[in-house]
Amino acid sequence: MDIRRIALILVPYLWLLALFLVPFLIVLKIALSDTALAIPPYTPTLDFGAGWAGLKAFFADLDIENFAFLTTDDLYWRAYLSSVKIAAISTLLTLIVGYPFAYAMARADETWRPTLLMLVILPFWTSFLIRVYSWMGILSQEGYLNQLLLWTGLISEPLTILNTNWAVYIGIVYTYLPFMVLPIYATLERMDVSLLEAAEDLGCSKISAFWLITVPLSKAGIIAGSFLVFIPTIGEFVIPSLLGGSRTLMIGKVLWEEFFSNRDWPVASAVAVILLLILVIPIILFQRNEQKQREAEG
Amino acid sequence: MTAPVEFAPWADPDAEPLIRFQGVTKRFGTFTAIDDIDLDIYPREFFALLGPSGCGKTTLMRMLAGFETPSEGRIRLDGKDIAAVPPNKRATNMMFQSYALFPHLSVADNIAFGLRRDKLPKDAIRARTDEMLALVQLGPFAARKPHQISGGQRQRVALARALAKAPKLLLLDEPLGALDRKLREETQFELMDIQEKTGTTFVIVTHDQEEAMTVASRVAVMDHGKLIQVATPDSIYETPNSTYVADFIGDVNIIQGAVTPEDGDRYSIHWAEGEAPITATCADKLEIGTRVFFAIRPEKVAISTERPVDRGNAVRGRVLDIAYLGNISTYHVELPTGHVIKAQTANTRRIARRDYTWEDQLWLSWTDTAGVVLTR
Repeated sequence: MDIRRIALILVPYLWLLALFLVPFLIVLKIALSDTALAIPPYTPTLDFGAGWAGLKAFFADLDIENFAFLTTDDLYWRAYLSSVKIAAISTLLTLIVGYPFAYAMARADETWRPTLLMLVILPFWTSFLIRVYSWMGILSQEGYLNQLLLWTGLISEPLTILNTNWAVYIGIVYTYLPFMVLPIYATLERMDVSLLEAAEDLGCSKISAFWLITVPLSKAGIIAGSFLVFIPTIGEFVIPSLLGGSRTLMIGKVLWEEFFSNRDWPVASAVAVILLLILVIPIILFQRNEQKQREAEG
Repeated sequence: MTAPVEFAPWADPDAEPLIRFQGVTKRFGTFTAIDDIDLDIYPREFFALLGPSGCGKTTLMRMLAGFETPSEGRIRLDGKDIAAVPPNKRATNMMFQSYALFPHLSVADNIAFGLRRDKLPKDAIRARTDEMLALVQLGPFAARKPHQISGGQRQRVALARALAKAPKLLLLDEPLGALDRKLREETQFELMDIQEKTGTTFVIVTHDQEEAMTVASRVAVMDHGKLIQVATPDSIYETPNSTYVADFIGDVNIIQGAVTPEDGDRYSIHWAEGEAPITATCADKLEIGTRVFFAIRPEKVAISTERPVDRGNAVRGRVLDIAYLGNISTYHVELPTGHVIKAQTANTRRIARRDYTWEDQLWLSWTDTAGVVLTR
């Protein structure tokens, strides 16, 4: 292989090494350490001055007791489970809301599509935090939503939405909608509409043509969008901590508390390592879906 | 022994048409795609709609499939008005130009798609699917996906899928457009064969005049949403009713002139100052001085070095160009008047022994009945 190709491949690998593998190894190392009242708040720290013996002593001090600790307190596995559940429900809700968006965009007049596409991406131009804070203004007891519902007479008492799981779902669906809409739109836009005419011609009603043709053909987009929402949602921290209540249990929040409230870096790191291992499964599935789609397109 | 009965239901006043267009007009906004069309298509016909793109032939077909509804007029299928019947309830099936095969389904599932919608019993679906696979010789490919077979095979899957429900009427939208020439010619005969075997009425849309001539029992030539001529391929070719049809189907020389009636149905056409008039026959009665177009096919013009004595019309000219097409050659001959006449001869001798070459002076000749006299 010539040197230029090696150099070309080397760039992304170095990038991954510097920005993913090295930080991961640091976190893994902290997870294997013990907590200490020091700066940084863990031992051992690597002391290159002590030479070979120091290195040996350093590795001898590492152990997996933090991981063992995670199994003793049911808070952790309940937080993992709850995160997966919230992520799964949010993904489903995002799909239900996002599919009609993508469908309408793909069937819209061709001159309109770039505009619609931009409208989907437009919210990203403002700060994510500001948008989450404004949801607090909408969802609170005296918020715009309750005011509107009271004014229309649909309800007589204000609804408690903020600081419940419902607010978390709303926040996640709102934030991650473009990640669902765009891949589905991409598959629907490529679809040949004469397929639907063919299905109707062969005896399908419009609805059954949708289920038998449109949905299977947008499967790759549905899967891609679902993973793009599911994977980051599991570790989501800002939305549950701002919109969720004290009973909203998500692993991102647990992680934050271990790091900053308890200052227990080793346990927090262990939580992060396990979270990453949990995420490896959907990430591999996602990659496999992408590859299968590429193969199908030949 | 009896002579085979010629298939010509359009000539029989008692024959019941399968499809009947009555004053059908279709407008898209201000654009008139179909302009007041009356047309009958009979059972077991292989009917071709022929015209350039944008002439309305596809719109006409889509109205039969149910994807468009007429703005005015009525379309009857088997005597019943079908305007209100949606596509999925019509006894018509369509083969799409893009084939529109479902990419996520296998060849067999594509063919069975329509049958499954009819909630037929499983073994009936299976039997019919196998029958269709055998008809288009795709048995070994039943389990493949559409992207795993060739273009010609995809075309046959599309045909089998459209035929599986045994429709009263099969619509084919440019069915052979995506195939290369050799495969297209083979497939044309296969189509005719299948049409004969199944006894289905076929309506084919095409812009390829050769294809229409080959497969169809009757051809409708369309232009700007109107039917210009509806007739059998041979009468479209031999007796076109207008210069548009004559020019659209095959190659033609058109000479303008004014007529003088002679005895019977013979007319002289004065086409150029100082040239002998062309003698031709015309069934219609024409007034003296009527402006006409004399149309003659290149293969009906003979070439010779001496003036022929047995042919009614002869003109002298100079070879301007020779188009060598292998089996035939087309000579472009310029007359002293500036007209360029095309004449075609079969290359029965090797090219090195060709009698005429560029700049040669020669005679073009044709009989009185070789051409047609057109008034539009």
